[in-house]
Amino acid sequence: MKDFARLFTRIDQSTKTTVKVAALAEFFATASEEDRLWTIALFSGRRPKRAVTTTRLREWAAEQAGYPLWLFEEAYPIVGDLAETIALFLPSATEETNRGLTHWINMLRGLSQVDEPARKSAVLAAWDELDTTQRFLFNKLITGGFRIGISQKLMTRALAQATGKDEAELAHRLMGNWSPDDTTYHALIEADDPSADASRPYPFYLAYGLEEAPETLGAPDDWRAEWKWDGIRGQLILRGGAHFTWSRGEELMTDRFPELARAVDFVPSGTVLDGEILAWDGAPMSFNALQKRIGRKTVPKSLLRDAPVILYAYDLLEDAGTDIRALPFAERRARLEGLLRNLPDDAPLRLSPQLDFSGWEALRHLRESARDAQAEGLMLKRADSPYLSGRKKGDWWKWKLDPLTIDAVMIYAQQGHGRRANLFTDFTFAVWKGNELVPFTKAYSGLTDAEFRQITAWVRKNTLQRFGPVRQVTPEHVFEIAFEGIHESPRHKSGVALRFPRMSRWRKDKPVQEANTLEDLNEMLRLYG
Amino acid sequence: MARDPILTFTDKGIYCPAGDFFIDPWRPVDRALITHGHADHARPGHARYLATDLAAPVMRHRLGDICLETIGYGEKLNLGSALVSFHPAGHVPGSAQIRVEVAGEVWVASGDYKLEDDGLSTPFEPVRCHSFITESTFGLPVFRWQAQKDVRAQINDWWRASIADGKTPLLGAYALGKAQRLLRLLDPEIGPILTHGAVENTNAVLRTQGIDLPDTVLVTAETKIADHPGALVLATPSAFGTPWARKFGAVSTGFASGWMQLRGVRRRRAADRGFVISDHADWEGLNAAIRGTRAENIYVTHGYMDIFTRWLNSQGLNAQVIPTEFEGETLDEAEA
Repeated sequence: MKDFARLFTRIDQSTKTTVKVAALAEFFATASEEDRLWTIALFSGRRPKRAVTTTRLREWAAEQAGYPLWLFEEAYPIVGDLAETIALFLPSATEETNRGLTHWINMLRGLSQVDEPARKSAVLAAWDELDTTQRFLFNKLITGGFRIGISQKLMTRALAQATGKDEAELAHRLMGNWSPDDTTYHALIEADDPSADASRPYPFYLAYGLEEAPETLGAPDDWRAEWKWDGIRGQLILRGGAHFTWSRGEELMTDRFPELARAVDFVPSGTVLDGEILAWDGAPMSFNALQKRIGRKTVPKSLLRDAPVILYAYDLLEDAGTDIRALPFAERRARLEGLLRNLPDDAPLRLSPQLDFSGWEALRHLRESARDAQAEGLMLKRADSPYLSGRKKGDWWKWKLDPLTIDAVMIYAQQGHGRRANLFTDFTFAVWKGNELVPFTKAYSGLTDAEFRQITAWVRKNTLQRFGPVRQVTPEHVFEIAFEGIHESPRHKSGVALRFPRMSRWRKDKPVQEANTLEDLNEMLRLYG
Repeated sequence: MARDPILTFTDKGIYCPAGDFFIDPWRPVDRALITHGHADHARPGHARYLATDLAAPVMRHRLGDICLETIGYGEKLNLGSALVSFHPAGHVPGSAQIRVEVAGEVWVASGDYKLEDDGLSTPFEPVRCHSFITESTFGLPVFRWQAQKDVRAQINDWWRASIADGKTPLLGAYALGKAQRLLRLLDPEIGPILTHGAVENTNAVLRTQGIDLPDTVLVTAETKIADHPGALVLATPSAFGTPWARKFGAVSTGFASGWMQLRGVRRRRAADRGFVISDHADWEGLNAAIRGTRAENIYVTHGYMDIFTRWLNSQGLNAQVIPTEFEGETLDEAEA
């Protein structure tokens, strides 16, 4: 694993994309085929099944180091990463070895076959033969979340450099439901017939947020507008009589949304649709209804009845078995309309409507009414644009509504993780109910690093009480909290839950007494919930 | 019969009633005993100062025309009914632990210290005492320093690699102590060493008191990097990203600090390289120093006070937390 550790160190030491990609390309050119395959898997979010719980890892690390568990638990939030805490907490290896990445992955996969004492001795033995960096990576393999500054996109670029293959082709090959168990490096990357996998999706085209006025986009006639839905972006693939539903995060969601199975009754095979999965009761329901479906691998009948989903389609990527992404959007859209014309009301497919508008000013007015349509703003798409892959500027824009805001008082603070370890970045906010402060949301983004440093120094000096890692602080600072939606939630003490809450402004000008109240929050719930 | 404590903890800092003096006070007082010249220990505004003869030149340089008495390591001085002496702390040149004895009871305020001999500061000496005041900047088992020779190799390798890559290595370190320690680790065979003014001023002071440092070139308005092929630039971290740093063209940035042990901190600093090298004791060092004093009472300040205190108590010592005004600054202090 020394060569993989060296790769990690080079990636970790650089903030420059070109350096990271070059290091990875070099690794791809020299590593064994099985290590290459696993590296591709890891950087595309595939990892070995977790064989050991984090609780056991902490206990074993403390025991191996000869320190009490509480000392480990205190060090963890300060280091901010479990794999790193373990790597640093343990004494140095007694005898370093050099086995490959695949060896360690196979060893970890074998752990699920053996009992706990055997797991423990295998993990302790591994810790004792790896240096700190390798130990960190080994722990990352166990705990998952292999995020070390290489996105799938950068990995694909490095692979393209190492193999001389086209980056877009590789991106397509790497999508889909493969795992290192059921393929080889050769079959995945080099073999001639990549189309064998009928489930393979196209890379999604993602829009940037529109920050300038729409007038900067040029003539309104060149553009098409749709509502921007607050659902789950999905790609529905109908090939060979089967259907596959993919999320934007490249997760296969076919079983989560069984309603979409009936799509094969309405649309011919050789069709790939891009659209939004929405909970639907004759009109789009709130995201809150859809939320109940997220994260459920099997869906109980009651939920299928209470929050049924449809695909609200807005683009056509494959038509009659042919990839049509290079065609202009207007042409793809016309074909899409042809496909979905005259479907019955119970079909799980619908056409997301295009909005007529006479000019940018009219569109501005339309955008203001997005919340009434259960939408979060508008999408603007250039009529002659091809379907690109990834986030690209120019042809597609999302023009979201301004968020809702409320002024709230910070009452609890907690340290962040990873890059933000040792800074207080996770806060709980409250509004007034009479003389009492009622917590209603957490937020952890929106401030600059300098502001986080400033609030961190303040928290250290103004802690009233500690509850484990959480500090209760003097109610003194008011923040403007921005959010995208609000709905009822019996699980929260305040009775409401916010969507995408973040700190939009530190209201240093505002005394605590002037923060908003629970009545204000309830009024927002009545208006927008 | 309970006696008054030899040292007490006041809102101005550590105070000795028997000798009527303060140690490293943070508000102006009549008489201040100073452990070392770093800005958070040697503050301006006191009427009288007492420090080691080795610390004096830097303090005069930084604080100007102060009323400063000096004392050698191990020399004894009576102040009121207290007997005072200074002992090497190994933190930076001239740094001291201050021993205070009253009627046979001994307390030691250790300031900042490290056990490893950095080849620059007088090495740390354990002082037996009844009560010991210790810092805890790196009081967690995750902080374990590598041997200095390993870090030396990393830094010199980075210097060579940066030059080969067509970049100027820009190394950030605190001006007093860390910068000179790095100077002694750098290999002058690789190329010339350029310095920022804040570093060079301290170099000059230390050179006049006989501390041997390699040759350095002060960066001035006229300096052109092209005239110094293969050069490394040593600067305070505050100079990074300023117009001053622009004249070096493409740079590879490095920081040298104990905090570089943590990946999160390295990434937040957004430096190209982090070198783990500290003038504070690591976890093993803190524990070894405390054992060496054979003190029963430990007062813990500066750093992970709560955690380290709990650890010491679990080891059968009588430890307690002494809050300072500076808790909020610890993590991002470059001098660590």
